[in-house]
Amino acid sequence: MSDQHKEVFREEAYEHLADLENSLLELEENPEDMELIGRVFRSMHTIKGSGSMFGFDTLAAFTHEVETVLDFVRNGKLPVSKKLISLCLAARDCIKSILDGDDHDPDVAASKKLVADFRALAGTETKAKTGLEIASSQVAKKEEPEVTYRIRFKPFLEIFQNGTNPVALLNELRELGKCDIVSQMDNLPPLEGLNPESCYLFWDVILTTRRGRDAIMDVFIFVEDDCELKIDVIDDSDSEGDANYKKLGDILVERGDLSAEELNNVLKSQKRFGELLVEKGIVTPEKVQSALVEQQHVKGVRKERSEAPPPQEAAASIRVPAERLDQLINLVGEMVTVQARLSQVSLLGGDPIFIAISEEVERLTNELRNTALNIRMLPIGSTFSKFKRLVRDLSQELGKEIEMETFGAETELDKTVIEKLNDPLVHIIRNSIDHGIEMPDARRAAGKSSLGKVLLGAEHSGDSVLITIQDDGGGLDRDTIRVKAIERGLLPAHTEATDREIYSMIFAPGFSTAAKVTSVSGRGVGMDVVKRGIDGLRGSISVDSVRGKGTTITLKIPLTLAIIDSLLVKIGKDHFVLPLSTVEECIELTREDVKNFHGRNLANVRGAIIPYIPLRDCFRITDNQPEIEQIVIADIHGKKVGFVVDHVVGEHQTVIKSLGKMYRDVQGVSGATILGDGTVALILDMGALLKVAELLEVSQAA
Amino acid sequence: MAEELQTTQYLTFTLAEEVFAVDVDRVREILEITNITKVPQVPDFMRGVINLRGCVVPVLDLRLKFGMAETAQTVNTCIIVVEVEMDGEKIVLGALADSVQEVIEMESSQIEAAPHIGTHLKTDFLKGMGKHDNRFVMILDIDKVFSGSELSAVSGQES
Repeated sequence: MSDQHKEVFREEAYEHLADLENSLLELEENPEDMELIGRVFRSMHTIKGSGSMFGFDTLAAFTHEVETVLDFVRNGKLPVSKKLISLCLAARDCIKSILDGDDHDPDVAASKKLVADFRALAGTETKAKTGLEIASSQVAKKEEPEVTYRIRFKPFLEIFQNGTNPVALLNELRELGKCDIVSQMDNLPPLEGLNPESCYLFWDVILTTRRGRDAIMDVFIFVEDDCELKIDVIDDSDSEGDANYKKLGDILVERGDLSAEELNNVLKSQKRFGELLVEKGIVTPEKVQSALVEQQHVKGVRKERSEAPPPQEAAASIRVPAERLDQLINLVGEMVTVQARLSQVSLLGGDPIFIAISEEVERLTNELRNTALNIRMLPIGSTFSKFKRLVRDLSQELGKEIEMETFGAETELDKTVIEKLNDPLVHIIRNSIDHGIEMPDARRAAGKSSLGKVLLGAEHSGDSVLITIQDDGGGLDRDTIRVKAIERGLLPAHTEATDREIYSMIFAPGFSTAAKVTSVSGRGVGMDVVKRGIDGLRGSISVDSVRGKGTTITLKIPLTLAIIDSLLVKIGKDHFVLPLSTVEECIELTREDVKNFHGRNLANVRGAIIPYIPLRDCFRITDNQPEIEQIVIADIHGKKVGFVVDHVVGEHQTVIKSLGKMYRDVQGVSGATILGDGTVALILDMGALLKVAELLEVSQAA
Repeated sequence: MAEELQTTQYLTFTLAEEVFAVDVDRVREILEITNITKVPQVPDFMRGVINLRGCVVPVLDLRLKFGMAETAQTVNTCIIVVEVEMDGEKIVLGALADSVQEVIEMESSQIEAAPHIGTHLKTDFLKGMGKHDNRFVMILDIDKVFSGSELSAVSGQES
C-alpha cells in the first residue's frame, strides 16, 4: 500500500472525525434530528470502509462495533441519549489514536471496554424498546412508505480493476425489497474485441423497498466514482394510485434509451388518441384539450416529484500543500518590493507613459497582494467548534454546568494565526471554566442561573481582529491579585494602580492566586503562555472584570503577518518604518517648542500634553539635526505618545523581513524591510520603545 | 586528532594582514562592501544588516570580535556570506573581511591543533592551524565563532 495513498486516506479520515465530532455535539442538542443521525452514521461507515480498504484492520474492526450500534439508532431501535453521545465521543477519540498510531491500538483495554459498553447499551435499550409502544417512540421515525425506484447502474469499463463484483452489488439490492433486474448488453463488443477484464454490461433495476433512498445509496457507496448511477422514484405512496403507469414511450425516453425526437417522430406517424376520438365524434375537441392539459399538468408535477437528486456539488475547493502557499506569499512580497522600486524610478524619470504603466502595475500588485493574503484566510468557526468539545468535557469533569456560545464564527483569519491562537485560547477558556465559573450551588446562591455561560466571539476592527472570551463567573479578585503582585515585587507597594494594570499582572510568569493546584490549572503557567503567544502574533490582550459578574478577555490580533501599511521616516541618513495602524497624526516640533518645555520631552498638541520620545537619542544618531523635526503621534494601548524623527517621507507598503535570531533581544525593532532603492529600513516596535523609555525614566528618577 | 586522509577546500581571507581560512562549503558567496544598516542596542561587532536579493542578512565585524581594531573600509573590503549552524538552525550571515585571497586545498595531515596561548584568540574559534605555502593559516570553526552564547557573552563585557 503506497504511503501516499495512506496519507490521503488519513487526511480524509481526520476530516471525517472532525465532522463526526461536530455532528455528535449537535446531535446532543437535537436528539431527534434524523439528518444528524444519518450524518454520524455515514461518517462512521465511510471511515470503516476506507479503513479496511487501506489495510487499517484494527480501525475497521473497532469502527464496525460502533457502526452496529449507530445502525440501531438510525432505525429507531435505540434512542439518542447523553450516555450514547459520550460513548461515541470516546469512540471517536479512540479511532483518532488508532489512526495516529498507524493502525496500532495504543490502549487495547480501553477500546475493549468501549466496545463492551456499546454492546451493553445496544442490548439493554433494544430490549427495553420492544416492550414499548412503537407509535409513541422518542425517535420519531415514521414507517417508511413503500417507494419504487428505477435504478440504472452503469459501471465504468475499469470497475473490475478495483475488485468490484457488480453481481454482489445487485444481490445487495435484492435484499432491500422486491426487485426486478434486467441486464443490458448494448455495449457488448464482438468476441474479438472483448477484453475479459472490462465491464461492458449495465443493469436496469426496478426496486420497491421501504428502506429509503439512503439504503440504496449505501449499496453503491464505494463505487460511486466508478459508475454512472441514476436513481429515480417512479412510484411512491403519495402518487394517486392508478394502476396505469407511464406509457412505454415515456419510460424509454425517461431512461434515455429513446430520444424525445424519435418518440415524437414515431408518434406523429400514428394518429393521436385524442385525434381519433374527435374524429369518431365521441368527444369534443375542447374536452380532449382540457384532458390533455390535465395529463400534462400532473405528469409535470409527478415528474418534479420524482426528479433526480441535485447534481453533486462540483469540487468547490482543492487541497494545496501549505508550503506552496508560503512560496506564493514570498513571491508576492518580492513583487511588492520591486514594484515600489519601479514606482520610484518612474517618478524620477518623469516619462508620462512610463508613469502610467507603473501605476497600473502598482494597482495590479496591490490586488495580487490582497488576493494572495486572502487565500490563507480561514473562518475562525472551526476553532470555535473545537472548543465546544473542550467546554463540554471540562465542565463534566469539574461537575459544573456550562454552555458555550459563539458569535462571529465567519470572521476570517490567516491560517497560521488561527493555529497560533489555539493554545492561548485553550488556556483562557480553561481558566474561565476552572476559576471563573462557580459550581452550580454557588451560582444559585449568588442569584445566577446554575448554567454558566462562556461567550466566544470574533469581529473585525480596522486592520485587526478582536477576539473576546467572556464568562459570567465570579470575576477577578482585584485585591488578591494586587496583594500577590506586591508580594512578588511586580507592583510597587504604595502606588495607585488602575484596574487594568492590576489585572494585567496575571500575565506575569508563575503568577497564580490559586490556593491549590488542580489538574486543570493553578500553576501560574497558562497566562504567561497566552501572553507570549499573543505577543508573538504582534497582538495585545486586555482584561476586564467585574467581581461577581464575570470576566472579559479581549485579544487584538493584526490581520496580516507579512505585509503591513506603514509610515516611512528618516532620522539622520537612516530610514525607519512605523506601522501605520497606531499612528494618528504628525506635527512639527521646532526648537521653540522644545525650549518652551524646558528640556522635558513634552509637546502641546491642541491643548493636550503629549509626551514624546526623541528617537535620535535612542538610536544615538549624531548626524545633523534639522531645525524643524517631526513628531509622529501614535496611540499605544490607549496612551498617546509621540516619536520624534527628522522627516516623514510618506506611506510605505512594508514587506516584513525578519531580522533573525541574532536580533531577537533587541528592544524596539521588530523587523526590517527593503526599500525601493534597495536599502534596508528597520521596523520600529513603538510599544517596546515606549516601555524602554518608561523604564529609563523610572531609573533616572530614582 | 587522528583522522583519515581527507582533503578539504578552504577559502582564505585576511583580517589585518593575518590570513584566516574557512571551510568552503560553508561559504555561500562573496559580496563587495555595500550599505550596512545599523541596528541599535547590539554589541559593536554586529555592524548591522544588508539587503541580499530581498533577504535581510546580519553582518559582523570579525576584527572587532577577535579584539582587533575596527575594519577600515578599503577598496578590497568585502563581505563573506556564510551559512552557520546556530541552535540547530541554519542561519545566513555576513562577515567583513579586509580582503579575500583564494581557495586552497589542505589535507588533514597539514593541519595541526591550535596552540592554547599565543594566538590571542579563544581556542574555541579555531579548528586548527594549517600550513600552506610556508605560511600558517588559522582555520576558523565558523559555528563557534558565531554561536549565540558567544554573542550574549561578549555583549556583557563590552569594553
